[in-house]
Amino acid sequence: MRRPWKVRQPDGALRGWCVTDPDKPAPTPAPAGAEVLIDVRGVSYAIDGHPVFDGLDLTVRRGRITGIMGPSGTGKTTLLRLMTAQSAPDRGQVLVWGRDLATLKSAEVFAMRKRIGMLFQNGALLTDLDVFENVAFPVREHTDLPEPLLRTLVLTKLQAVGLRGAADLAPAELSGGMARRVALARAIVMDPELLIYDEPFVGLDPISRGMIVRLIRQMNEALGITSVVVSHDVPELSLIAHDSYLLSGGRVVAAGTPQDLRDSSLAVVRQFMEGSAEGPVPFHYPAPDYFQSLLAVEDP
Amino acid sequence: MSAALSDALFTRSVRKLGAVALFFWRLLAQCGPALARPRLIVNQIYNAGARSLVIIMLSGLFVGMVLALQGFDLLQRFGSEEALGTAAALALLKELAPVITALLFAGRAGTSLTSEIGLMRATDQLTAMQMMAVDPLRYIAAPRFLGGVVAMPLLGAVFSIIGLFGAQLVGVKLMGVDRGAFWSQMQSSVGLKDVVEGVVKSAVFGLACSLIAVYEGYYAEPTAAGVGLATTRTVVASSVLILLLDYVLTACFI
Repeated sequence: MRRPWKVRQPDGALRGWCVTDPDKPAPTPAPAGAEVLIDVRGVSYAIDGHPVFDGLDLTVRRGRITGIMGPSGTGKTTLLRLMTAQSAPDRGQVLVWGRDLATLKSAEVFAMRKRIGMLFQNGALLTDLDVFENVAFPVREHTDLPEPLLRTLVLTKLQAVGLRGAADLAPAELSGGMARRVALARAIVMDPELLIYDEPFVGLDPISRGMIVRLIRQMNEALGITSVVVSHDVPELSLIAHDSYLLSGGRVVAAGTPQDLRDSSLAVVRQFMEGSAEGPVPFHYPAPDYFQSLLAVEDP
Repeated sequence: MSAALSDALFTRSVRKLGAVALFFWRLLAQCGPALARPRLIVNQIYNAGARSLVIIMLSGLFVGMVLALQGFDLLQRFGSEEALGTAAALALLKELAPVITALLFAGRAGTSLTSEIGLMRATDQLTAMQMMAVDPLRYIAAPRFLGGVVAMPLLGAVFSIIGLFGAQLVGVKLMGVDRGAFWSQMQSSVGLKDVVEGVVKSAVFGLACSLIAVYEGYYAEPTAAGVGLATTRTVVASSVLILLLDYVLTACFI
């Protein structure tokens, strides 16, 4: 398990590593009356006949950071596609701001998306625009801000992700981590009410990862933005998530605060949180007997 | 071929045709809003047109030169070498310039359009636009489509002019056809209708090539192999369609 925070003694000497920030109180549980922003009700979804979800239920509450975890291939990114009306469920409902996405017209979906920012796994920067224009893109498309104001806005967001100096670079000149940070600046430039992060920590160096963790938390605390973070990085999610869901086998197998998940006695939760190869989630893809396969190769 | 297989092939073809027609309709609806950003369209005219100029000019020159050699050889048998200008002009304006330009356009600009849009699909750029409430059909597909439609007739005109220059170079300078007869016979025999035929063909081929290139890129499977296959489909489908449309248009003009 990765331990991203150094714990130091008063004289500055390294005392050790900790999975939670010692200077930050643990996230509090969701208040019972908090308004539900996204409500996934009994969703079933299959891709090419292969079931991904089977009766999935999940809620995202306003003003909170919701972590969605699960092993690779459990449909975390697919769930984000359903939440943003990029795909429609085969059965069940996905309600965002109380409206069933399946009933929305194309123009209503686009209007809803103006209130959402999304950080893609690979950044998804527009390759024919430089960094500044990438961040400015949604503002130019949806507003008539005068150029000086737009410039100030974009530079403010780039400063927030530490890349004001890279404003003139092309996406091809950025490292993976830098591209992700530019994409984050673009995702927040329209001041969205809901921010969706798809695997925001993958492939980042510890400094960038720590910075992204702090940014997600700061935006939630300072601006009250609701955040949905899809990831399988348990330590990072534990630092920031108020509510967590663990997906496996097309369903939610555990839900609660990160502490609830750490304390869970369920075998599937323990296996995921401890990163063990042994458990209900098989590490190996289904295959015939190993020795039989090897003997079959030798047998002409 | 079994009946079931031919039925499946027919159904698939009709379905594909319907999908392309639907895409074309949606694309046309986005062309109006796309005109509000003329800079995007000018960029695409530059990409599809100006960047294809060298290959078009070189091809036009050689086609014109070959046309003059073959034409001179043929006309000499009837003692009508002076008609070389007319023959070269009619062949270039009505047939060779639109068709060869379109085939070269499909290979140079069409593949570039398909792979560019396909790669955008593979790297989630189109999805990112949708998530920013921007329709990629309006921002990505429509300007590229319009750029191709505008660039093709211009490239066809350049091909014709350079081809005529090549034909004159070989016919007059090399084979000794009288310069005055070469140009005057061309002037008296070639009418506006012949020019219009070439322009209409170029415009229709440009529309067909750009539509196929943009469609294949937009719906390319988001993998390296998928983008490669889409690019191949663009060249094959465009080439066959150009020749088919050429027959239909020629029949209409005669």
